[in-house]
Amino acid sequence: MAALTMGKALTAALRRSLADDDRVLIMGEDVGTLGGVFRITDGLQAEFGPQRVIDTPLAESGIVGTAVGLAMRGFRPVVEIQFDGFVYPAFDQIVCQVAKMHYRTRGRVRMPLTIRMPWAGGVGAAEHHSESPEAYFAHTAGLRVVAVSNPADAYTMLRQAIACDDPVVFFEPKRLYHSAGEVDLDADIADAAPMGVARVVREGTDVTVLAYGSQVHVAMDAAIAAEDEGVSLEVIDLRSLSPVDYRTVTASVRKTGRVVVTHEAPREAGLGAELIASVTELCFHHLEAPPLRVTGHDIPYPPAKLEKHHIPDLDRLLDAVDHVQGRPSSHSAAGVTS
Amino acid sequence: MTMMHTLSTTNPTDIGAVARLLTEDGTRVVDPLLEPWSAGIDDGTLRGLYRDMALTRRIDAEGVALQRQGQLGLWAPAQGQEAAQIGTVRACRPDDAVFPSYREHGVLFARGARPADLVLSWRGEVASTFDPNELHVATPQIIIGAQSLHAVGYAMGVQRDGGDQVAVAYFGDGATSQGDVNEAMVFASSFGAPVVFVCSNNHWAISEPVSVQARHPIAGRAPGFGIPSVRVDGNDVIACTAAMRWALDHARGGHGPAFIEAVTYRMGPHTTSDDPTRYRSADEVEAWRRRDPLTRLEAHLRARGAYDDAFAAEVEREADAFAAEMRAAAIGAVPADPITVLDHVYATPHTGLAAQRARFGAYLASFEGV
Repeated sequence: MAALTMGKALTAALRRSLADDDRVLIMGEDVGTLGGVFRITDGLQAEFGPQRVIDTPLAESGIVGTAVGLAMRGFRPVVEIQFDGFVYPAFDQIVCQVAKMHYRTRGRVRMPLTIRMPWAGGVGAAEHHSESPEAYFAHTAGLRVVAVSNPADAYTMLRQAIACDDPVVFFEPKRLYHSAGEVDLDADIADAAPMGVARVVREGTDVTVLAYGSQVHVAMDAAIAAEDEGVSLEVIDLRSLSPVDYRTVTASVRKTGRVVVTHEAPREAGLGAELIASVTELCFHHLEAPPLRVTGHDIPYPPAKLEKHHIPDLDRLLDAVDHVQGRPSSHSAAGVTS
Repeated sequence: MTMMHTLSTTNPTDIGAVARLLTEDGTRVVDPLLEPWSAGIDDGTLRGLYRDMALTRRIDAEGVALQRQGQLGLWAPAQGQEAAQIGTVRACRPDDAVFPSYREHGVLFARGARPADLVLSWRGEVASTFDPNELHVATPQIIIGAQSLHAVGYAMGVQRDGGDQVAVAYFGDGATSQGDVNEAMVFASSFGAPVVFVCSNNHWAISEPVSVQARHPIAGRAPGFGIPSVRVDGNDVIACTAAMRWALDHARGGHGPAFIEAVTYRMGPHTTSDDPTRYRSADEVEAWRRRDPLTRLEAHLRARGAYDDAFAAEVEREADAFAAEMRAAAIGAVPADPITVLDHVYATPHTGLAAQRARFGAYLASFEGV
């Protein structure tokens, strides 16, 4: 075991994947000499050469579209989209080509692409650098979507994504890049929890909190704070947003009878809506209260100095916890509206 | 860099300013740039090209007829573009990888697609028919220009494998306005990828004339990307073959991408849902009828004594047989089992879709025995 930041864990996963399979390629803007704007590909071009770690032109559709052709030739491209908000020019290639090629060809052409993205807010970035586009991709059949919350998962899930024969959209919360944790670099991915399985990161009995990415940490903070008030939160890190592991989710909700979903992305037609609809279908008779969402507002991502009012924090989450427990909020006068 | 750039005009619709080896009346002429690449195109080769073009035209006519009779949901007519398609694709090696658009029926046929392959997707029975790995042909693309990037990526893969295949991207004049085609040229040029871009400039992107896509000849763009190009008469199958031989040789020889603008004309509508009488004149269509690629080659072959009734009858028999098989495949198509709509979405099990499959399967099963 080694203590690594999430960023270093991701680098280690890429290095290991490049070493294990010579069909793996890395491509993106600045991924070579610079090592990526977040240094996730640091040193990899020097180690594996410019034929394996490819600095591309600054064209997102071009990056993903050429990766499609490379996959058709039998390669396993790992594409880096420099920031979440830069993925939109590649949206057509991702949803119309990457996602559909296997279906279109009736399984005769595989698209083992991994599309990595520094993701979401909380780092005081400029416009287009803090978006949460996960719902677009989770809504698209043919894609798998995952979001990591800790270095150990970052290491194993990125390797699993690269080894997966389906395309994977891989979200890396940029505000966790420097958070550290224990990583077993020798772990066999066959022994690790599968990419599509959620994890109960904290057991509890009163309310289930569904979270992913950096919101897992907000949920954990809320659980500690709630414990002081005698409320027991069960925190689930979804890890996979497509598919969602409803086996783990429903087991928890059937136990607690109450559920709160938290994500940074806006509320309308977001993943929270989907999660609550499914939980309601699957666990209706176990629910003690209407499930609630704590989300970003339905606004364009706000200026950096205001983002703390957009990203769900511990207080907004506890406020929702109070509401699903049928208690007047002790944390907010505004009540749960978003 | 070998720059083979025929641009003696600034007018994108000037069809006089093209590299040409066969005039409209079938006279063989010399083009100093193309001539070296036409070596060995003998009567046998020309008869083969004529046969392929005639079959392509027959395939197209049958597609239109089947659509009009309600057997196909849609068809994208290719009449008039036979030389651009056959001349270029027949110059390829079987293991070169072809990335066509939806109108390239002749390309599919020449690569070995069977009659059923040409109708079942237009009928809506299946998403695609042939195996791309067998024919080295990607599923025809409907998103305009998207396949150009796939071709470049494939060519980048060839470079990494040390192979000598070339990837060929087919698209129309409208696609040259798309970001993807421009990004494809940037990537291809920057990486020196062995890819050939074949732009069939058929003058109309649905109702929009090429002048809306281009104020200057389209072939003139490629050199700006560092890609040599040629503007060729797309209704002259000899010129198309020669141009493609040059382009393939350039790409296969490690010199990077090449670009061909085949100046041709879509004689029919954009698709069977379109009405071209709303946006173009009958005179224009008639002028292009006089430049017909089949008539032109037939005249040339006749002048050489290489076209006779027996050959014509043989081609017609073959074309009729192919068309009959298309018809039989369309009319005899058996709709797939309903549960198969859920097949092949993922290569590995996806629990969300598995749950939907279980529910839909149970629903379907509830009808059994009713």
